[in-house]
Amino acid sequence: MAAGTLEHTPTAAAEPSRRRTMTLNMGPQHPSTHGVLRVVLDLDGEVILKAVADIGFLHTGIEKQCETKTWQQVVPLTDRVDYLSNLANNLAYCLAVERLLQLEIPPRAQYLRVMLTELSRIASHLVWLGTHALDIGAMSMFMYCFREREDILKILEMFSGQRMMTSYLRIGGVALDAPRGWEKVVGKFLSEFPSRIDMYENLLTGNPIWTIRTKGVGYMSLEDLLDWGVTGPMIRAAGLKWDIRKDEPYSGYDKFDFEVPTRTESDVFARYQVRIEELRQSHKIAKQALDGMPPGPFQADAPKILLPEREKMKTEMEALICHFKIVTEGFSVPAGEAYACVEAPRGELGYYVVSDGTTKPYRVHMRTPSFANLQILAPMLENTLIADSIAALGSMDFVLGDTDR
Amino acid sequence: MRVTQALEGNLPGAAVGGKLDRGELTIDIDPARIVEVCRALKADGYLRLAAVTCVDQYPMEPRFEVIYHLHSISRNERLRLKCRVSGTQPEIDSVIGVWRGADWFEREVFDLFGVHFRNHGNMTRILMPEDWEGHPLRKDFPVHGYKYSYPQE
Repeated sequence: MAAGTLEHTPTAAAEPSRRRTMTLNMGPQHPSTHGVLRVVLDLDGEVILKAVADIGFLHTGIEKQCETKTWQQVVPLTDRVDYLSNLANNLAYCLAVERLLQLEIPPRAQYLRVMLTELSRIASHLVWLGTHALDIGAMSMFMYCFREREDILKILEMFSGQRMMTSYLRIGGVALDAPRGWEKVVGKFLSEFPSRIDMYENLLTGNPIWTIRTKGVGYMSLEDLLDWGVTGPMIRAAGLKWDIRKDEPYSGYDKFDFEVPTRTESDVFARYQVRIEELRQSHKIAKQALDGMPPGPFQADAPKILLPEREKMKTEMEALICHFKIVTEGFSVPAGEAYACVEAPRGELGYYVVSDGTTKPYRVHMRTPSFANLQILAPMLENTLIADSIAALGSMDFVLGDTDR
Repeated sequence: MRVTQALEGNLPGAAVGGKLDRGELTIDIDPARIVEVCRALKADGYLRLAAVTCVDQYPMEPRFEVIYHLHSISRNERLRLKCRVSGTQPEIDSVIGVWRGADWFEREVFDLFGVHFRNHGNMTRILMPEDWEGHPLRKDFPVHGYKYSYPQE
């Protein structure tokens, strides 16, 4: 056979009757969908013509369950929403309820909240970095990232007794005071971590394979991202300098010195750079919280909302009554509605809480960042190559528990 | 408040009530005029639609409160719009023409509350299975008892 006959003849390719598309079902069990996401792709060869996301496989009705629990019992449920950054979920819910209660949070509790939320942001970004690099083919990153994440999970276990589902926050403060020897453990991790970020950057930032696979891939304009309601590192990688920690400070973030990293390219590589820089900024915030940790109470002075100390409960009658009331029926929250949002690792995480004045929430709505961000999957993937879709999906950094609730 | 005055000046009668509670501004909007209100507010600087959700006030009538959380990045302001929709035929116009990001939020409200958004284009279930009966976040949805969600062999 002559070599020339193997070539594609242009006349055959141009004929419309020969153009055939293929429907490819990706997921719900696919390693690069990071959970149970199903995407139906219409392909013309290697090019994606249409992408439709099918979500809901992880829907567990958390919002409905919240309506049957007392206010405090909802906190462990919020852990399960975004299981990679559960402290941000705890925090957003507690802030919303504390606004309804008009509670004043003592500085030590705020610093503990900030420090652990930033550590869990680092852990969440490390999971993203490891799996994203693994999708694109950089296998070793995964192990390095999970090594550091393990250190953070040990710190969380030290504070709360749990590695992932910490439920460490309470309405009005935190569950426990910092354990003995915590400064040493957190300090050791924070002193080592900057060199680890340098190592990740050595492995990826200048790596020609990494840059070819990520630069110019998954582009979306800032106007489109705003229109679709996208938040977090994705919109900062498109040039919008907006971070809720900076613009609407909560939990004492106005006392911390940090930068909001932005890029303008709005591609996979820019999102990677923004998140790497966020690792450094989170490290900076956690270091400031460690150095400036104020002494004092770790819970608000609200005996009808927070459980009394064990010793007081056994010796004082008022404390015993409060303990009994809180345990048996919970506490009531004044009627009203509140929306509190925090900057979670994936973007704006907002809790809209409605109270009818009883001991259980009337309605809890979670405005989760993954749900809003995942909407741009279809416009982002259309007319791109299927191999690039893996990089683009990874750069969105969604958690399906966060999407489906 | 500046935004309520602007709204009353541009679209008189669209706002039917409101309150400023614990630092959060809520404006009650006539459900028939939600699209023009949203368009005016977007032109006024509320570029972001943070979320659309719903509250079921069963057995009160009008039963459903459709809630829109708006955010202006330039002015650093948040605003909540509230539309009261009847329980007998819950329907409201979709704001997908103003913000495309309303797409999944409105589908979620339809899925979990059964409020129909007109002119949405793809008003299908998003979280629950396609053949699910009822809308689980309604207050009268049973939370006890047995139900086979899949047909028996």
